[in-house]
Amino acid sequence: MSKSDHIKHIEPYSPQFGAMIPGKFQKFLRTCVLWQLVRFVAINIRMTILILKSHH
Amino acid sequence: MARVIIMGGGVSGHTAASFLAKWIGKKHEIIVVTPNALWNWIPSNIWVGVGDMSKSEVTFPLAPVYKKAGIDFRQAKAVSINPEGKESSDDAFITIEYTGQDKEEQREEITYDYLINATGPQLNFQATDGLGTAGHSGDHTVSVCSADHAVHASQELKICIEKMKAGERQTFLIGTGHGMCTCQGAAFEYIFNIEHKIKQEGLRELADITYITNESFLGDFGMGGIHFNTGGYTTSSKIFAESLYAERGMSWILGAHINKVEEGKVTYETLDGEINEQEFDFAMLIPPFGGVGLKAYGKDGVDITETIFAPNGFMKVDADYTPKPYEEWKPSDWPRTLQNQDYKNIFAVGIAFAPPHIISKPMSSPNGTPINPTPPRTGMPSAMMGKAVAMSIRDMINDVSIEPTHTASMAEMGAACVASAGKGIFKGTAAAMTVYPIIPNFEKYPGTGRDNNGTTGEIGLAAHWIKHILHFGFLWKAQMKPGWTLIPE
Repeated sequence: MSKSDHIKHIEPYSPQFGAMIPGKFQKFLRTCVLWQLVRFVAINIRMTILILKSHH
Repeated sequence: MARVIIMGGGVSGHTAASFLAKWIGKKHEIIVVTPNALWNWIPSNIWVGVGDMSKSEVTFPLAPVYKKAGIDFRQAKAVSINPEGKESSDDAFITIEYTGQDKEEQREEITYDYLINATGPQLNFQATDGLGTAGHSGDHTVSVCSADHAVHASQELKICIEKMKAGERQTFLIGTGHGMCTCQGAAFEYIFNIEHKIKQEGLRELADITYITNESFLGDFGMGGIHFNTGGYTTSSKIFAESLYAERGMSWILGAHINKVEEGKVTYETLDGEINEQEFDFAMLIPPFGGVGLKAYGKDGVDITETIFAPNGFMKVDADYTPKPYEEWKPSDWPRTLQNQDYKNIFAVGIAFAPPHIISKPMSSPNGTPINPTPPRTGMPSAMMGKAVAMSIRDMINDVSIEPTHTASMAEMGAACVASAGKGIFKGTAAAMTVYPIIPNFEKYPGTGRDNNGTTGEIGLAAHWIKHILHFGFLWKAQMKPGWTLIPE
């Protein structure tokens, strides 16, 4: 996979042309089990705080 | 002994009924009236719609659960409310029409002391020419709004996948089927799951996938969009959503009101007034929601539906329904106790209550066609409203107070949303978003209207795990199995 493979499908001046496209490392992190275990804990803490703030 | 009737057994109604049964069920009578024999965990219908789950995995029979909990279950639809009783009696009552329990089409009057309207929406497919009839999608498109709809969608998707396997190119159109739809989240999840499924099949090159929406920008979600901190920036959900679509090579059509659906083609009007057409081989279009068409009658039999219900069929509660321009909208417009102000023993929760106005900025085409998302109020907010109203009724029955003791205003609560982008224990992803508060408060949080510390968004495998755990957790909770009260709403 070359460095620009992730943006090969973007058509110039199409609506997608103005969007951020994640690179190889960002995509790797999304399904990297170790990193995602950390995120799992972080998201759960975040959601718990939100739930506690929301009950009246 | 008091009697509480809950009309509707979805997320909000079932939550209210479960807690009321636990708190006061031994001394008082709890009745649930719902036309469905099965309870459906709707967020997982997305996975049924792509063939990754079966209907039995997202549903369970209500009757045995209610029997065990001591709840009187009536498989019936509510037809009307007589909040003042009738000439021969002052007892308030509702009229129901059975849809099961071997009493189909039989009508019955049931008196109540407290009434919770949790009837959810009527799926108004008929609002768009060719989209379908009330409650049912038509011949040209599919839906994932119910488990049965999702099963049908997966069957149609399978046909398209077989065609692609034979080398035939297919066009997919997913989104909202009318300019006044809500529930963009379901369409958002479905399009990503379809793309994920097609990619798994190795057929992505043969699929053109387009999202069509009444949102004026991607990521509006009926909440006027959200902002969260990421990568050192405060980023709009527009940037977040556009990136997700662009990364996957999916195109989008914004600000669209579909006014006609035909075989393989939709005609739509956009916010700039253009009339366009889009062809498709497979289309999943969400219908607009309306009230279920309940009627209300006074003691003398006079129709008082307009007193209790807004024109869209949703029940009026303690909101400020005074018409006013967007610039004058305030968080305090939104209801807190969800109590009807004419009849204080009636409450409405979840989709059934009438919002004071939409959340996103109102927009219309030059032809005057309104094209804007209507407010989302499903999932977590629905359950929280159900529980808050149950607590208020419990306290009112127990003479703790004559007024509601608990509130659940969307202007004072947040929402956590986990939107699947594809299933798989190691390859699945989902977008985990939190927003606080749901209704933007530009006075308290200038700029974005929301607390940046409570409003977040990210995509990854962890969120998929959470989505899958929620699936099992909420089905466990809804079946009132041991420890169910420990799972938060």
